[in-house]
Amino acid sequence: MPSVCFYFQVHQPVRLRHYTVFDQNEHYFDDYKNGSICRKVANKCYLPANRLLLNLIRRFDGRFKVAYSITGTLLEQLQHYSPEVMSTFDALAETGCVEFLAETYYHSLSFLYSRNEFVEQVHKHIQAIEYFFNQTPRVFRNTELIYNNDLATLIESMGCFDAIITEGADHILGYRSPNFVYQPKGCNRLKLLLKNYALSDDIAFRFSNRDWAQWPLTAEKFAHWVGNVNGCGNVVNLFMDYETFGEHQWEDTGIFDFVRHLPDAILRHPDNNFKTPSEVVECYDSSDSVDVPHIISWADTERDLSAWLGNAMQSNAIHELYRIENKVKKTNDEKIISDWRKLQASDHFYYMCTKYFADGDVHKYFNPYDSPYDSYINFMNVLGNLHGRCCEQAIGGAFYSAPEPSTPECLSGTAAQDNEPRDLQPVD
Amino acid sequence: MRVFMLGWEFPPFISGGLGTACYGLTRAMDQLGIEVTFVLPKMVEQTYATHVKLLSPDSRASDASIRIDDLKNVKFRTIGSALQPYSTPETYHKRIEETLRRNHLLGGNVSSASQLMGSKDYSTNMYEEVHRYAVMAAELAVGRQFDVVHAHDWMTYPAGIAVAAMSGKPLIVHVHSTEFDRSGEHVNQMIYDIERQGMERADRVITVSHFTRNIVISRYGISGDKIEVVYNGVDRNGSWALDETGITTDEKIVLFLGRITMQKGPEYFLQAAKRVLDVMDNVKFVMAGSGDMMHRSIELAAELGIGHKVLFTGFLRGEDVRKIYKMADLYVMPSVSEPFGIAPLEALDNDVPVIISKQSGVSEVLTHALKVDFWDVNEIANKIIAVLKFPPLQMTLRSHGNFEVRRLRWKDAAAKCVRIYGETLVPV
Repeated sequence: MPSVCFYFQVHQPVRLRHYTVFDQNEHYFDDYKNGSICRKVANKCYLPANRLLLNLIRRFDGRFKVAYSITGTLLEQLQHYSPEVMSTFDALAETGCVEFLAETYYHSLSFLYSRNEFVEQVHKHIQAIEYFFNQTPRVFRNTELIYNNDLATLIESMGCFDAIITEGADHILGYRSPNFVYQPKGCNRLKLLLKNYALSDDIAFRFSNRDWAQWPLTAEKFAHWVGNVNGCGNVVNLFMDYETFGEHQWEDTGIFDFVRHLPDAILRHPDNNFKTPSEVVECYDSSDSVDVPHIISWADTERDLSAWLGNAMQSNAIHELYRIENKVKKTNDEKIISDWRKLQASDHFYYMCTKYFADGDVHKYFNPYDSPYDSYINFMNVLGNLHGRCCEQAIGGAFYSAPEPSTPECLSGTAAQDNEPRDLQPVD
Repeated sequence: MRVFMLGWEFPPFISGGLGTACYGLTRAMDQLGIEVTFVLPKMVEQTYATHVKLLSPDSRASDASIRIDDLKNVKFRTIGSALQPYSTPETYHKRIEETLRRNHLLGGNVSSASQLMGSKDYSTNMYEEVHRYAVMAAELAVGRQFDVVHAHDWMTYPAGIAVAAMSGKPLIVHVHSTEFDRSGEHVNQMIYDIERQGMERADRVITVSHFTRNIVISRYGISGDKIEVVYNGVDRNGSWALDETGITTDEKIVLFLGRITMQKGPEYFLQAAKRVLDVMDNVKFVMAGSGDMMHRSIELAAELGIGHKVLFTGFLRGEDVRKIYKMADLYVMPSVSEPFGIAPLEALDNDVPVIISKQSGVSEVLTHALKVDFWDVNEIANKIIAVLKFPPLQMTLRSHGNFEVRRLRWKDAAAKCVRIYGETLVPV
């Protein structure tokens, strides 16, 4: 009797404008591009998908359920550029069949570099969800499903979460199946939900691939695969980017028709049902403890951090960014702090990835830059200006200098390890 | 397969990319076991003593061959001619006059000078010389066995046409540059006509990039069906230990290496240098090369007030080129119109990161290079500063770029040429 648990990641970064070392302007973001992408994705994905899911929820009278994690950077942009999307999310929230998860407000990698900043961003996101959807998140997902034992311990210590979500990577599970609820190692109360990447990727990546032996994928076929879990699992966690619907898989691939028929096909079997992550946690006990000493993520085949921190430029950029945290916060300048936080979005580091760059793959598709080098140069120029603003504030505008780049440190993520969160309260 | 190749200079007398390409391609063909008869012009009265002994002054087409030990399948034939790569009708005329005057001044050899004119060994007019060269090449080809004729750049096209017509063998012309690259919109009509005739008469046209292929289609009206792109390669120097230059300095060095001509965009280099020096002090700009814009460039540097920061080395070859690469932190190629551009590959091979203009063929094959529009001096300066200021950028460009260059091999270029030869031999 497997439960199907859908969670959709909904995110857009705030993209930077072209910014040279000669620019002195304090406006770093490409409003035109961000607005047009936001509206484009809203029309192709958010609006049709929201309407479709809303219809399904109504049609199945509460038996079809989904969960979302919407980043703060996208919520801000939707409010600004595409408010009608916000009202459809609001309508979804009111059905009572939709759960909203918590994550870092700025879709950041802060867990790896500053625990203080991480906790502040999580609280900021919780507040945003409460404000917009009148719901307090009980389940946490970290940016890009980045996860290890330390994260689980930290999340448990925050006291406001029942479960955490991550990738069901083979190397952490071994012979075990992702279709059970687990417990993170070192935690007493917190539960762990693992993504069934095979079935998730069948929809998210392979759906329109005509070279795939299973193409075309129908709702019936997929429901059959889900049914195969019966007897060897409690829950099938289907976690994917929301942009799968209409943006990664275009409408003409039939992805919306697939979703339209899926609930019916799944529910046709009386043992099956849909559950939100919180319901899954409530319903099933953890079957085992999972030990993840090393950091994992849901990216690429490596399931590691190499897409964001794999080369010297990425590592340098992110170190420089977090190095100025104290200076930024000392300014108490809301604009400076929010600019700095928008720079933390993992996307900025993803654009600098040189892995597969020459092959022109998926990394390129989402990249507003011609090359990873252009993206690094742009980012560092912006960061230089931001740092200058902090210094100006500190010494009354008398001093300006760009941050000197340090020699790149090897990627460890330990820079902030001993920096235990001092303050668990939200900043605002 | 036997090739009658009408080519250009061989080491150590290489003055630019054309010679490098002829040598690289021929050497790779030799390794593939292709028999090549390599015909090149040699001027009797050149200052290099080694050249003179290759020819007996009385014979018009000499059979004396150059000894290049590692080439087993290549026979060299030289034709007494004053043609040189990168000549313009004006420079050609000037050189002939100088040669005559020098011979006259030397006094001892008046007879040779008059013989020179009398025997019509050289023509004072470049177009006549090109056609005279064609006649001599045809004479040289009589009685020789070969399957195809392969001519490199416009000065050898008439020779290629003559040899092909006489022998009935297919003609392949190889476009390393066009009159539009060299002269912008101020094309020399006679050169254009010769180029166009060569391309029209050819069975196949090889261009060194899609950039050049487009020019051949749009400017010369040649059907795309018979044009193939064969990218140049680069010869790996491997790891050679060089003595330290003895120059220890904190100053960064930005290098321009190439002919200082309109085509190479020296003024954009200097204008970018000016912008860089506005915000950075510890950097020197080195212009290695010579050309008809050298004086203008020296003046421009002075006008911009950066004369003390720009060094002109004159034309460099061999060991000096390696030394300058070893000193350089960055190589910039702001070419206005560059059919290919082998120098950036050599720079990368020498571990120097590169900024290349988007108006170049080499930008089609390099991904790990910074790319700019040649006219965008602000962006060139922005990128120069970024490379000098951020070591991780330099490091990433260098390591990935060096790796990428290894994939560009003359062996592949030669194999592709051989395939094209084969296609011309198939009866239609």
